[in-house]
Amino acid sequence: MRRDPNDLDRYTASERVIHWVVGISFILAGLSGLALFHPAFWPFTMLFGSSIWTRILHPYFGLLMGVAFLVMAVWFWRLNRMNRVDWEWLRRVGEMVNGNDEHMPEQGKYNGGQKLLFWLLLFGTILLLFSGVVIWRAWFHFDINQVRLASVVHAAVAAVMIGLIMVHIYASIWVKGTIRAMWYGTVTRAWARQHHRAWYRYMTGLGNGQSR
Amino acid sequence: MAWQSLDIQRRSATTTPAPGARQATEVAKLIDISQCIGCKACQVACMEWNDLRGEVGHCAGVYDNPGDLDSQTWTLMRYTELENNGRLEWLIRKDGCMHCQDPGCLKACPAPGAIVQYANGIVDFHQENCIGCGYCITGCPFNIPRLSEKDHKAYKCSLCSDRVAVGQSPACVKTCPTGALHFGSKEAMKDHAEHRIADLKSRGFSNAGLYDPPGVSGTHVMYVLQHADHPEWYSGLPRDPKISPWVGIWKGLAKPLAIGAMAAITLASLFHYIIKGPNEVSKETEKEVENETRS
Repeated sequence: MRRDPNDLDRYTASERVIHWVVGISFILAGLSGLALFHPAFWPFTMLFGSSIWTRILHPYFGLLMGVAFLVMAVWFWRLNRMNRVDWEWLRRVGEMVNGNDEHMPEQGKYNGGQKLLFWLLLFGTILLLFSGVVIWRAWFHFDINQVRLASVVHAAVAAVMIGLIMVHIYASIWVKGTIRAMWYGTVTRAWARQHHRAWYRYMTGLGNGQSR
Repeated sequence: MAWQSLDIQRRSATTTPAPGARQATEVAKLIDISQCIGCKACQVACMEWNDLRGEVGHCAGVYDNPGDLDSQTWTLMRYTELENNGRLEWLIRKDGCMHCQDPGCLKACPAPGAIVQYANGIVDFHQENCIGCGYCITGCPFNIPRLSEKDHKAYKCSLCSDRVAVGQSPACVKTCPTGALHFGSKEAMKDHAEHRIADLKSRGFSNAGLYDPPGVSGTHVMYVLQHADHPEWYSGLPRDPKISPWVGIWKGLAKPLAIGAMAAITLASLFHYIIKGPNEVSKETEKEVENETRS
């Protein structure tokens, strides 16, 4: 069901599936976690059956999210290795945010921001998994001081992760033609050329005349 | 269940003030360790009044039985054999909730109304609102609350709030045969303690004193200690208990900071979109791609 034979394959079906598993479990873990974090979010407990079910389910959502993300990280880490151009891109991210992306350094499949996000999320996920296990009283009994430290780490890292994911989601809404990559795996050639020109050349063998 | 005659002054996971029109006298239980003979009548009375039946424990070489507080054991005699200046002293401490004026359990609890503090100072768990997360254990500086293995609710001494609500003293106090336990207004208990401490000092316990730790703004269960300079001798009674700074950050600064950051990102995204508009592929690029693809 390809609208245009020239569209470029960006994600395979299994890559899309694992991303949705991570995304859905992140939202479930996030909403249930926020409910337990601040009374302002307590009404979210009603989304999960009851406050007690929220407490029971939250760690399993988290575990699913963590494990699925680690699988995704194994598949994607090579594509996210930072290079000099990525740091240059990050230094000039202000131009991008300002809406002037035509002079940004040429990017491969991922830009510096996406790569940095990947590593921050991976680091955060590992911290959340470890600290989450320490405070999971249904199954584990850790020393009280470890539990106290882990409670702070878990809450703080989760808040940062939620912030990062909000930026991630907004970026996909802001940059038109992006979300379809996660629905059916393809992007238009023009989209690739504008946002990921090195990847565009790699995929099509075209556009060499324009490279820097 | 909230006792109507006991006004609630603080409620877990609640950000607005509790009704505060009526004034109540602060109450306290005074445990005079120097008069305790370790008979465990208080432990029995607690089980009796609260309908609790713990598992029959095992002997670990000391009189402590059961070995620890649990969901069925809200008060527990802890025995310490202390050799002090060539003399053997048997320090027997009745362990249980201290009913802190600034309760770490209540501060940590995420479930609205699962932990309340009455205007008289008693800290009570309302199990029907408890979700079983165990944050109260994380918050408690005295290691008191226990999660039940059966129903996954947290339990601890209620200072017999049901009895106190109708003008009775707690069951343990009622039953104590030696007068080691006293119950009344906090002021009256402090006065009584002063007399006891003066008496102990006249008998050579020069470091006798009252345990009413200021780190938790005082407690509604206080001890008279023969060795107030060494609370840790009494089965590890904390010297300067206070809510852990980690719990303080987790339940304090982290909350407004996280909410503020999330709100800021949401608003910044919205207004960025409105001010800058969507980032669309330019017509020029579309044309270039068409030319490149055709050639």
